[in-house]
Amino acid sequence: MQLSTKHLLGIRDLHAQDIQLILDTATQFKEVLQRPIKKVPSLRDVTIVNLFYENSTRTRISFELAEKRLSADTINFTASGSSVSKGETLLDTVNNILSMKVDMVVMRHSASGAPHFLAKHIPAIIVNAGDGINEHPTQALLDAFSIREKLGTLEGKKIAIIGDIMHSRVALSNIYLLQKMGAEVTVAGPPTLIPKYIQEALGVRVEYDVKKALQWCDVANILRIQLERQNQVLFSSLREYNLAFGVSKKMLDELDKEIFVMHPGPINRGVEIDSDVADSKQSLILQQVENGVAVRMAVLYLLAGQRETAE
Amino acid sequence: MVKILDTYQLDLTIRRLAHQLIENHYPFTNTCFIGMQPRGLQVSDKIIGYIKELYPEVQLHYGKLDITFYRDDLRSGLHVPTITDIPFSIEGKKIVLIDDVLYTGRTIRAAMDALIDFGRPAKVELVVLVDRKFDRQLPIQPDYVGKSIDSIITQKVKVIWGEEPHVVLY
Repeated sequence: MQLSTKHLLGIRDLHAQDIQLILDTATQFKEVLQRPIKKVPSLRDVTIVNLFYENSTRTRISFELAEKRLSADTINFTASGSSVSKGETLLDTVNNILSMKVDMVVMRHSASGAPHFLAKHIPAIIVNAGDGINEHPTQALLDAFSIREKLGTLEGKKIAIIGDIMHSRVALSNIYLLQKMGAEVTVAGPPTLIPKYIQEALGVRVEYDVKKALQWCDVANILRIQLERQNQVLFSSLREYNLAFGVSKKMLDELDKEIFVMHPGPINRGVEIDSDVADSKQSLILQQVENGVAVRMAVLYLLAGQRETAE
Repeated sequence: MVKILDTYQLDLTIRRLAHQLIENHYPFTNTCFIGMQPRGLQVSDKIIGYIKELYPEVQLHYGKLDITFYRDDLRSGLHVPTITDIPFSIEGKKIVLIDDVLYTGRTIRAAMDALIDFGRPAKVELVVLVDRKFDRQLPIQPDYVGKSIDSIITQKVKVIWGEEPHVVLY
């Protein structure tokens, strides 16, 4: 049993059995993380560079911890404070790092497709930790893992993705993954933040009324308003966005069922999600973060395990 | 294909192993049994079953150990992990590791590494159903042996469970 791909560039390239394998392996790693010594020697002989061209808290710490728990050697690279500011290109930077004998590259970049470009030009294994507005595969995997943990399966479940769909790599990866695993997806939010032809292109339902989306779903994945990626006015103010599309405790209490609420972080409290929702019992936000380490351990372990056969 | 143990002999052998463990460990207050995933569990389930049959009143600590993440051959092929479940502390305990076939000794090496991540046991003993004496690659020997056999490197030993369990060499 092994993955059908050499790199993890996006969920789009994965088959359902790859996703199943990653989630099943992550379950075993989650058990490792409950032990007194939370470390296994699996990747003793592997060196990994974390290449972060864009800011990150959770993903970077989570990957680094996953690598350390697997006994891999790690190097951290952040664009600020490096020779990138002197004009070194992405390919030159990576080739210089690889000449120091690095096996895997975990990469985040603000340009969509940057990891795909690297995978074509360098021999190392690439793991995409978020590229522009394209994909964030490990986030989708840990979201799926968290849903599966709560609901037992993804098959036939209804997931609403609410918020800034247009600029969200988390949304795209989640849509691919959930559909491959047999779940139904609705995207909800203001029309200006939902791509026009998403229903035709990806086969998701579109809903402009957040209350209706909440009533329909088993799990609501609420996304952050990505102010840093918006160069035009897509809604009038954060306050107004909150009133029309933010998820409040009152909305959840008015439903005739109990749903789970997720958020990939960082949270804008009082914008897309109210504090009392984020901190409620229905919220899986911190469990998502916890599961992130186990899921990333599974991804790194499975990719590293097929180095020899892949090369 | 040679039958090393038929159904009757296999049952007798496992009962003998259970009795040897009772002899050395009764009343099991400081002993933990750990079956090795995946194939050792068939043996350990049976041994535990027989001990419980004879002493239904004793509390047995019984866990399962998967050694996938501790293997030294990750580069030569991927293995998919199964469940590790050790719901008790092994600190200061006598551990009885149970597996079906002992061959190169590498699995047991990995198991000892894995165990030590759960705490510091007082002692670790090894029970195997079949000991392939030759071609050991590490200095590891079993404490309790079901059946010791001579085999060459190209041969395989398999315990076949099911309706009529038996052990074959081929």
